[in-house]
Amino acid sequence: MTADVVVELCDIVKRFGSVEALSGVSLAVRHGEVLGLLGDNGAGKSTLVKTLAGVHDPDEGEIRVRGRKVSPWTPRAARDAGIETVFQDRALAPQHSIVTNIFMGREIAGSLGFVRHARQVEEAGRLMREIGFTSKVFDPESTVGHLSGGERQGVAIARALYNRADVIVLDEPTTALSLTETQKVFRFVEAVKASGRTVVFIGHNIHHVFDIADRFFVIDRGRAAFEGQKSRFDGPEHLIALMHELAETGRADLAALRRPA
Amino acid sequence: MTETAAPPAQPPASPIDRRVPVGRLRLLYRRNGRALNALVTLLLVWAFFAANNPALFLIPGYYNAFLFSVPATIIMTTALVFVVVAGEIDLAFPSVIGASGGVFMTLVLLGLPIVPAALVTLALGAAIGAGIGAIVVWGRISSLVATLGLNFFIVGIVNLLAQGRNIESRDSVGSWGYQVFTGRWDVLGLQVPNHFLMALLWTALLYIVFRHHRFGLRVQLVGDNADSARQMGINIDMVRVGAFVVSGVAAALCGVILVQTANMVWFPTSGRAYLLIALAALFVGGTPVWGGVGTIWGAFFGALTVTLIPSGAVGAGFAGFWTDFIFGLVIILTMVAHRFSGARVR
Repeated sequence: MTADVVVELCDIVKRFGSVEALSGVSLAVRHGEVLGLLGDNGAGKSTLVKTLAGVHDPDEGEIRVRGRKVSPWTPRAARDAGIETVFQDRALAPQHSIVTNIFMGREIAGSLGFVRHARQVEEAGRLMREIGFTSKVFDPESTVGHLSGGERQGVAIARALYNRADVIVLDEPTTALSLTETQKVFRFVEAVKASGRTVVFIGHNIHHVFDIADRFFVIDRGRAAFEGQKSRFDGPEHLIALMHELAETGRADLAALRRPA
Repeated sequence: MTETAAPPAQPPASPIDRRVPVGRLRLLYRRNGRALNALVTLLLVWAFFAANNPALFLIPGYYNAFLFSVPATIIMTTALVFVVVAGEIDLAFPSVIGASGGVFMTLVLLGLPIVPAALVTLALGAAIGAGIGAIVVWGRISSLVATLGLNFFIVGIVNLLAQGRNIESRDSVGSWGYQVFTGRWDVLGLQVPNHFLMALLWTALLYIVFRHHRFGLRVQLVGDNADSARQMGINIDMVRVGAFVVSGVAAALCGVILVQTANMVWFPTSGRAYLLIALAALFVGGTPVWGGVGTIWGAFFGALTVTLIPSGAVGAGFAGFWTDFIFGLVIILTMVAHRFSGARVR
């Protein structure tokens, strides 16, 4: 195992009843890279993301963070290990304020557990400023349910940023966002990468993912289909062709992958 | 091309710096709107009764009986806020009130002084609450069904043990411990009993926990969106069990208070009357049924409102037959009023 691997999923098997969503997937996330995670609907992408986030504890296989096995693997364990996830559904509490959502599960509190609200408001303001995400005048005490889709995404991203996590997982972050909002997400990914941190980016739009990622990991029917550095692909069309091939035949022509860029 | 020097580039102001400061009153209403609505309801109900019989409603002594009977409802209703905000319901608390009262009296008859007996009973209430919560959470049963069943079950156990007999300890009436709960203070012609002060203290305590403690905040988040809370690393099962523990402790405290306000007599039916009253008080108090948000002080005002209605209606000169009608009318009208101020946001 190389030293620059931050998180490693080893031979992960996850079953839901009789359905095997993941049948032995291994994935290494390296330090400082933008990893594009691709796959068709039902390929096991979202199970893999939720495993990475700690929401699913795998039935078989293990998870190593910086070389050390972590068990039990829970959302709390993942967050403590420095993995923050922006979920596809954004995982917000719509009846509560931006501040409360940003500090959900990780409140700034004294030793007796009393929440330091004023500090949280201050920190939330700083984060929102850093992201520059909202399009309208807002207040950290605004109710999340009154925000637009892009603003909600901003709240979810601010939450992922707060603890200066090593790995930020973005699950379909551009779904249902406007063009400008999508651009903001891309700029955000670049900023995170520039700060030396790691991004795992899951997306449907291969053109988007191709532009942004350094490396791709393609999953199909619960198994890793192929992975490779961006330099090994001619362009998004090449990647799309490979994925079409994968969808139709169940395997991609890996020889095509070896073509040097 | 122009020759004039461009103005120095300034970083664009962040929206957060351009925000309009919110007025203090508006902020107060935004944070406490539901509780304020409940207070307005209470004042309107009182004003309606008082207008019909001002002479009676302006005598402080008229409220002595009210202050004597309202604490149990306050304690139970404010605790139920935790359960309902967590997205659950507790229909088993009446049986816990009854069981706790019986246990408390048994301990007193065994020779334990009242205050230690009360503390042991509260611990038992917490344990029963934890048990109910565990059955709901880890048994993966709807709390509506589970607590409905458990209510019958616990009442059944109490009936089997009590065999229909009351438990009495007239000797303890007037003892020091008894005074701790039922002693009165004369305030401007109004007799304020200690257990009313306890209810006030209890409400303040729950308010602080609900609004300012991590546990209270997490109860709200779990009720708002349990999946999100779980994904963010909150142990949602423990939070839900915790809400039932709050309810269990409250029920035990009610049980202890009810036997003492009945001159140290416990009836096997103790607590049963509180099921619908406490739930009505909760909803009149502005805590919505869907979970995620709620108000402790609203529940407090709701408890005062529902307790005022039966005696107030009679005091205002309505025949007793009107009580249920007025009761129902107030509940429906406040529900409509709460709709205006607090529709659900998703």
